[in-house]
Amino acid sequence: MPITFTLNGEHKTVDVDPQMPLLWVLRDTLNMTGTKFGCGMALCGACTVHINGEAARSCITPISSVADKKITTIEGLSADGSHPVQKAWIEEDVPQCGYCQSGQIMSAVALLAKKSSPTDADIDDAMSGNICRCGTYQRIRKAIHRAAGQPAAR
Amino acid sequence: MATTPILDRREFLKKTSTGATALVIGFYLPGKYEALAGTPPKDPTSVNAWVQIAPDDSVTILIDKSEMGQGISTALAMVLAEELDLNWKKINTLFAPAAPQYFNPIFGLQGTGGSSSVRGSWEPLAKAGAAAREMLTAAAAKRWNVEASACHTENSGVVQTATGKRIGYGALVDEAAKMSVPVAAKRKDAKDYKIIGKPTKRIDSPEKVTGKATFGIDVRRPGMLHAVVARCPVIGGRVQSFDAAKARALRGVKNVVQISTGVAVVADNTWSAMEGRNALQITWDEGPNAKVSSDSIRKLYHEQAEKPGAIARKDGDATASLAAAAKKIEAIYEVPFLAHATMEPMNCTADVRADSCTIIAPTQFQTFVQMTGAKLTGLKPEQVRVETTYLGGGFGRRAEQDFIVEAVQLSKMLNAPVQVTWSREDDMQHDFYRPAVLVKLEAGMDGSGKPQAFQCRVVAPSIMSRFFPGSLKNGIDESSVEGLSTLKYDIPNFFVDYVLTESGIPVGFWRSVGCSHNGYIAECFVDEMAKAAGKDPVEFRRGILQTNARMRGVVELAAEKAAWSKPLPAGRYRGIAVVESFGTYVAQVAEISIDRKAKTLRVHRVVAAVDCGRYVNPETIRSQIEGSIVYGLTAALKGEITITGGRVDQSNFNDYDMVRMNETPLVEVYLTQSNEGPGGIGEPGTPPIAPAVCNAIFAATGKPVRRLPIRPEDLA
Repeated sequence: MPITFTLNGEHKTVDVDPQMPLLWVLRDTLNMTGTKFGCGMALCGACTVHINGEAARSCITPISSVADKKITTIEGLSADGSHPVQKAWIEEDVPQCGYCQSGQIMSAVALLAKKSSPTDADIDDAMSGNICRCGTYQRIRKAIHRAAGQPAAR
Repeated sequence: MATTPILDRREFLKKTSTGATALVIGFYLPGKYEALAGTPPKDPTSVNAWVQIAPDDSVTILIDKSEMGQGISTALAMVLAEELDLNWKKINTLFAPAAPQYFNPIFGLQGTGGSSSVRGSWEPLAKAGAAAREMLTAAAAKRWNVEASACHTENSGVVQTATGKRIGYGALVDEAAKMSVPVAAKRKDAKDYKIIGKPTKRIDSPEKVTGKATFGIDVRRPGMLHAVVARCPVIGGRVQSFDAAKARALRGVKNVVQISTGVAVVADNTWSAMEGRNALQITWDEGPNAKVSSDSIRKLYHEQAEKPGAIARKDGDATASLAAAAKKIEAIYEVPFLAHATMEPMNCTADVRADSCTIIAPTQFQTFVQMTGAKLTGLKPEQVRVETTYLGGGFGRRAEQDFIVEAVQLSKMLNAPVQVTWSREDDMQHDFYRPAVLVKLEAGMDGSGKPQAFQCRVVAPSIMSRFFPGSLKNGIDESSVEGLSTLKYDIPNFFVDYVLTESGIPVGFWRSVGCSHNGYIAECFVDEMAKAAGKDPVEFRRGILQTNARMRGVVELAAEKAAWSKPLPAGRYRGIAVVESFGTYVAQVAEISIDRKAKTLRVHRVVAAVDCGRYVNPETIRSQIEGSIVYGLTAALKGEITITGGRVDQSNFNDYDMVRMNETPLVEVYLTQSNEGPGGIGEPGTPPIAPAVCNAIFAATGKPVRRLPIRPEDLA
């Protein structure tokens, strides 16, 4: 049975196994490869998307559970990299290999939607689910403060 | 008109599909792999394409190295852009195909590793850029009928200095390509650099913050199938038999076939392939390693430590000096196997046809990929096309061919493009691990506490025996002993031997290789020596670094910036370590606090002093040091791959966890300014962090930390 949802503002209908995780519907059915596979167990955060505005791990979200919901992926943040968080990431020269950064950015956007002036402790809480193997955490923290219009707390 | 010596007149003009003209300028070094990887160029001075210039002056720079986060696509582009006076805003990069023209001068094949990209390619690229600039200038000068010396270059154009008249490179490149290639083009003076040496934002960031960057796992081709492979969970085991009935019945599964590494489930999407794999019933022949365990390996290593090994270094007479020493200390240090754990799991896409083979992969070693494709298909190497994507982390893992072999085999069998994806569990349990190592050390000091003898025995496997067969000289694998055999302290009697010990566990290059374990071991033992001599760790090191000014320099810089001589608030402790690797010196001071009741540790701050000689992009230096500290800290605090019954116990980030945002220390990086030849930077930041933290623990508790990862009992 086909499943319908909104993806980055567009209506989508897919006919796949209802258990297929949203991550793989995005990557393989819809060829939207900006959302990444890192662990398949919601341990690393690389697959983070927004479902009805909340950060969610798409690798453990069955597609059937997002019927009629609004999904935003990294591709939907802006047409051209102009989202304030994306711009802050560039200003702070955050990415290295870049593989985790879609998930990091989606988690950061969700944080700032809830807390427009996050403390370092807020950043720890919101961002510790996202692993970066290249170790860009320090710059991610600075970029979040920058996007929030704050001076870096450290 | 002034003439520069010329090689010969050649016309290299190649229009690309976008209408840009390739200005075929470059540099070539013959290497021993050239006959294997493709048709060797007939003329060793023949040139090749590094730069493609479009009519609108935008420039595509070919990057012959793999971008795995270390910033080389930016740094190498900066080198060319500087010598060619390119408009930095109108540059993009492409990854070069596999070809002998792109051999890494340090390796003699096309590959990225050993922190060698910038230090190996800086000179050749700068020469190529300077030659191209002279040819473009000559073309403009000819058009204006003036001397070349009356012109200068800037922003991808040639300008007639007196009048300001300008012709863009795009309009000149066809003419320039007909010019003779100058053999000794004039290089820019460093004082005139506009780009090199300045903090420069990465070229690839815009793609990486929008999800547009294509990693290997993102490759999509028409008709492409997805495959996952069931491999024996016991290392070295094989398929005995399998039943695929349930797997084949699942939606999306197209085929189930056996390949050399296991049983592959092929589907029209990755998830269905994974579900299909879960439905396989396989009987395994567990093979020779079914009784291997971490305990059995540790026992073996301790036994091996009693045997004499191949001599890696012998200065003076350490045995005699130890016998006469006023004060002696000894210790055994041990480190475990470690996984690479790149964020992007292993994967490869292959498209094998009757007369061609295309391999698209996040690879570090293009020449080996080409050879793998040729070997498996029977095609000639030049019929094997290698396309390198961005790598979601490398750390040495993607030099290996195992994931390449799987994709090529499957595509050949199925007559379709196939992408093989590894799950996190696959990646963690079928790695080529950073070796487990044991080192037995002894040191002797004279009456004034000055070290006179240093002796150690390294018990370790050999990566090079597998990776480059025949490369060991006198039984020494340099990658197992570096960091100890290369230790630069002023200790007159120095002995290192090596007992090559295999245990059946596959081992490979892991960020900073031998220095990842020997840097920790040497620097923790040096702190034990300092304590035995009754000296402060910084003062002790300065005392035995009178000869090596660069190593002493980073120790002093790190100590100064960490305010080493100033007392810390109660409960805080510092440790220092200095390690030279890949031509670069890095000293780090770690500032920690310990809760000895709860047995917990917090690393607050790391001050790093770096002497990497001349550098291209200081922003790259900083980010590599910041990142490699987190990589090494993860290993020190949490990293341990254990073996039970020949199986790796760990499987995902729940039991092999990483340092995350809430545990990351604040890192400060201080760079020396120097004119020394460039050292590497991808790896040298990793070795010092484990010993710096352990030395801080030593300062807090009085107990040296002689095994990694750090355990709660070390903090009591």
